[in-house]
Amino acid sequence: MRTPSAINLSAEDLLALYRRMLLIRRIEERLGEDFKRGDLPGPVHLYIGEEAVATGVCAHLTDADWIASTHRGHGHFLAKGGDPRLLVAEVYGRAGGVCRGMGGSMHVADFSKGILGANGIVGGGIALAVGAALAAQLDRKGAVSVAFFGDGAANQGVLMEALNVSALWKLPLVLVCENNGFSEFSPTATVTVGAIADRAKPFGVPSAAVDGNDVIAVWQAADAAVRRARAGEGPTLIECRTYRLRGHVESEASFLAGSYRNDEEVAAWAKRDPIARLAGYLDEHGLAPASAREAIEAEIAAAVADAVAFATESPYPPADQARQFMFA
Amino acid sequence: MARRRMIQAINEALAEEMARDPRVILFGEDVEISIMGDTRGLHATFGPDRVRNTPICETVMTGMAVGAAAAGYRPICHMMYGNFLYTGMDAIANQAAKLRYMTGGQIKLPLVYMGVFGAGRSSAAQHSDAMHPVFMNLGGIKVVLPASPADAKGLLKSAIRDDNPVIFLQAAGRGGEAGEVPEEEYTIPLGVAEVKRPGRDVTLVAIGAMVRPALRAAEALAGEGVAVEVIDPRTLMPLDAETIVASVRRTGRLVVVDEARDTCSAASHIVAVATEGAWGALKAAPRRVTVPDVAIPYSPPLEKALLPDPERIAAAVRATLER
Repeated sequence: MRTPSAINLSAEDLLALYRRMLLIRRIEERLGEDFKRGDLPGPVHLYIGEEAVATGVCAHLTDADWIASTHRGHGHFLAKGGDPRLLVAEVYGRAGGVCRGMGGSMHVADFSKGILGANGIVGGGIALAVGAALAAQLDRKGAVSVAFFGDGAANQGVLMEALNVSALWKLPLVLVCENNGFSEFSPTATVTVGAIADRAKPFGVPSAAVDGNDVIAVWQAADAAVRRARAGEGPTLIECRTYRLRGHVESEASFLAGSYRNDEEVAAWAKRDPIARLAGYLDEHGLAPASAREAIEAEIAAAVADAVAFATESPYPPADQARQFMFA
Repeated sequence: MARRRMIQAINEALAEEMARDPRVILFGEDVEISIMGDTRGLHATFGPDRVRNTPICETVMTGMAVGAAAAGYRPICHMMYGNFLYTGMDAIANQAAKLRYMTGGQIKLPLVYMGVFGAGRSSAAQHSDAMHPVFMNLGGIKVVLPASPADAKGLLKSAIRDDNPVIFLQAAGRGGEAGEVPEEEYTIPLGVAEVKRPGRDVTLVAIGAMVRPALRAAEALAGEGVAVEVIDPRTLMPLDAETIVASVRRTGRLVVVDEARDTCSAASHIVAVATEGAWGALKAAPRRVTVPDVAIPYSPPLEKALLPDPERIAAAVRATLER
């Protein structure tokens, strides 16, 4: 980490990053408990441990910018300004959800906030983000489009197509790979060759590999990429090296016969927790008193309780809604 | 009326809609030079922002159309050959067809995937499919197959103005076919069939390029005293079942001609819908004239042997008249 004077972030900015990461963490911890209790109708893929990526990138974006997300998409939704109430109600399958219960965890989207949606297809969001980048380029208002995808999606051919066409057309696109160590249940090293960041090189696209558990490092890399995109200089690939502290999917213990990772590895990464690291940075440099963080913790606890109450009070959608929305 | 080839009618539709609405953009492989002629001149008229050659990259192209539509544009994604829709299938089947639905109706996705389809030109198996049934079954995608230049123009204009994903398939072998096209501005609504020829004895539904041989068969049968009603659905999703069922209720007999492979062809669906809707009026088992469940071969006599022609169609009609 760099000294506060060397980074372009005030104590206030850093606390905002802290607040956003903690909101994602606490909402998801609650969803994990809810899943275990059987309160959620479908599978959830939690982002716990990876919060610095969405937070550090989306800090540079406004509602006019676009993001496309992944099946592990709650963090992106919240980081881009999605409403926690609407998120939780959606994951609960309720009429008050952001997608009225039609999509659930893997499809949370809010187009009014530039969120093209989580996506149940690995790599499925990349091309959508390229299309939104094309729209942004034609609009000439300086908007950018960000594709979040995992290391698993980096092995999909669409990434090569996206790199080629976005570099060719200088689209305002930022490709953010969250390398969390696993393609579902396969350790990344067993299915991926080389460094993902290097995949931009043959296209002449600038790329960076950053510590994805360091929100300041992510923020800085995204700052450069977003500026570049807004200036019409084309795409950037950022590989954020992070770790998925939870399983691929919360239900995995019920169907996996064995283990695909060991406890020591998980424990080692838990020590690099992005939220604790930022808290440590704030302490070390005396940027925020402990009381400030406690206040944020209390504020978020209230927001989580409020979101869950909103969700549980919301009714299930009426059965005839299943036939709606196919066509405009 | 003006005499126009199919490909010219499509070109006019594209040019008129691009002139009408600056949000309409067009991209695809070789759309600038336009190997089929349907996009010719558009790059010069509307410029490189709105008309773009893409690399050969169907996976990102089909998805890009979804993203650009979600972000406020009305993209037309030219796939060249309809078979290449399969290459770009994820974005069509998993994104375009479902994004509005799974996000609770938050957005409209006004986009068109267009390409040529069908056999008859020795293009062989990977360039000759009649793939419309695949897309009819996705839900969330409208499927349009014009049979004449006038229909092609009017339907494509409606497809571009529609707020939903539309697949527009023009018969590969019929691009040069000429017909009368209205000179004034017009559109043809999606989901409305056309009775091409009225008749009281047998209902003959023909799809896309099959309309012409169906009309020839009807003409031949008229000489035998059989009055065949020829219906072109024009849009397969949504299907104008009402017009077809009403006709079958009157005639009591149905033949459906489709260039698709038999299993789960559009003909199969139309027969099912008409049978359910007009059961009490049926005087004979409905029949399908389709392509057998094989790929399309290269050699001309082999290809010809598979495709429905006026003789096979007429034979199927006669079979419904035998008791």
